[in-house]
Amino acid sequence: MKDIQRLKDISSQVRRDIIRQVHHAKSGHPGGSLGCADLLVSLYFEVMEHSSDFSMTGKGEDMFFLSNGHISPVWYSVLARAGYFPVDELATFRKIDTRLQGHPTTHEGLPGVRIASGSLGQGISVAIGAALAKRLEGDDHMVYCLTGDGELQEGQIWEAALFAPHYDLDHLVVIVDRNGQQIDGACEDVMDLGDLENKWSAFGWETHVMDGHDYIDILQTLDTCKQHRSNGKPKCIIMRTVMGQGVDYMMHTHAWHGKAPNDDQTTAALAQLEETLGDYTI
Amino acid sequence: MTENTITKKATRDGFGAGLQAIGNQNDQVVALCADLVGSLKMQPFIDEHPERFFQTGISEANMMGVAAGLATAGKIPYTGTFANFSTGRVYDQIRQSIAYSHKNVKICASHAGLTLGEDGATHQILEDIGMMNMLPGMTVINPCDYSQTKAATEAIADHDGPVYLRFGRPSWPVFTEESDFVLGKAQVLQEGSDITMIACGHMVWQCVQAAEALSRKGVSVEILNMHTIKPLDRDAILTSVAKTGCAITAEEHQLHGGLGSIVAQLLITEHPVPLGFVAVNDTFGESGKPLELLDKYGLGVQDVISKAKTILQKKK
Repeated sequence: MKDIQRLKDISSQVRRDIIRQVHHAKSGHPGGSLGCADLLVSLYFEVMEHSSDFSMTGKGEDMFFLSNGHISPVWYSVLARAGYFPVDELATFRKIDTRLQGHPTTHEGLPGVRIASGSLGQGISVAIGAALAKRLEGDDHMVYCLTGDGELQEGQIWEAALFAPHYDLDHLVVIVDRNGQQIDGACEDVMDLGDLENKWSAFGWETHVMDGHDYIDILQTLDTCKQHRSNGKPKCIIMRTVMGQGVDYMMHTHAWHGKAPNDDQTTAALAQLEETLGDYTI
Repeated sequence: MTENTITKKATRDGFGAGLQAIGNQNDQVVALCADLVGSLKMQPFIDEHPERFFQTGISEANMMGVAAGLATAGKIPYTGTFANFSTGRVYDQIRQSIAYSHKNVKICASHAGLTLGEDGATHQILEDIGMMNMLPGMTVINPCDYSQTKAATEAIADHDGPVYLRFGRPSWPVFTEESDFVLGKAQVLQEGSDITMIACGHMVWQCVQAAEALSRKGVSVEILNMHTIKPLDRDAILTSVAKTGCAITAEEHQLHGGLGSIVAQLLITEHPVPLGFVAVNDTFGESGKPLELLDKYGLGVQDVISKAKTILQKKK
């Protein structure tokens, strides 16, 4: 199999970056960020063909869109560690004049970001547009989009869910971060999403379920999606994750969805996450 | 020019013709429609470029996002649906995925205003100019007739950035040339010395008729065809009012937040003069024939004449 340890090392550093960004800014969304670290590290360091010499149009490369923009800390860390911008810029997260806005934007010209996100439910539609353009250009690269699970309560998601199978967008992969938590509590209590696997299948998507913290499962599932590149069906991966994964006191609760740890909590979190690539400078 | 002898065509037909033309000229142009192909006159484009057209079904929010994605990848998407569903229904999608993200999407909006007619107030949006004008970086255009709607549809492909192109349903006099349209530059439709009329969309023709009637009474009217509302051609307005000393605005839109508010903001800071507004005054429309509705809601030719006379009095 692949060099899994390398990916694990990167994700440990990414999780440190997440905690340090949110702590330094005294705001941000650590829970979902920690939960999606393994996926984003897999995409940017193993799965996607992409260039840190950023091009907005993404011609000739795989493209990624983050729909649940509030988990910006994990994306910023992965982009920086992948060479899109200097790692030390992570220290500016949410500060005045930063390119690392609270929610990702193209407005400040941060390399790697192709659309603003934050107001939920819009990313899949945008990814669909990029996938249509790739087809028109004869570019057979993949388009990936990550959404939250609570985000699926937005109506636009299901408009997009109808659209992609209608246009046979088999090079589109939507990944749902199924951590079961949202701001006000468990998804099933706030607004139950029901059987997501069957819902997406019924809409005409090739649906997969994977463990978002098992690198072998992540890489195999994403590879399967790529192998099925020409089967006429868009792909949806229900990715089971734990909100707060990697920091014991943040796990299995919505409490850390959008809250920054204090100094002691930060020290406790960083003690659980090995510094593998070197911390950025604050 | 009189109402009886002049050719009439709908501005939406101008959009259809313009889309067909720009589709042939620029292979990066793509089009999307939310189940209103016939109303938007998009079939000629579809016939010639089926691979570059995307029917989205009745899902305007998704359509705006898909357009943003196409633009991200370098395409020039034109979205087509009614003005109400092009703005109010999808304002947040436009704000985040298109305007804030600076995507090169052309939002083409038909059936704007009262002249939509019989379908009534649910569809007669009168707030869209204000909403779109408020978005940073958005270009807002409301052409006056078939010719300039066609010209505008073609011209916006060469403008890098989001555009809101507003037009209408009814058959309407064609009284300009395509070549008269320059994006961002008001057209001095006729020169005059007593009062300036600043109008957009269907109301330009109302002003032309009002000016004819006023000229018979010895009033010399200058008409600015303010097809591009944002960015506003400030110089054209300031130059004209410096000459005439007073002005009225005319628009098929709410009084609050539309062309009148925008012009007032300019004049009160740069060159205060007596100023009047012909617009819908804080109410919804209703079913009826286009001209009946314009008359009932204070946008008739007589209303323009009356408003001009009132403002001329204030000048003295």
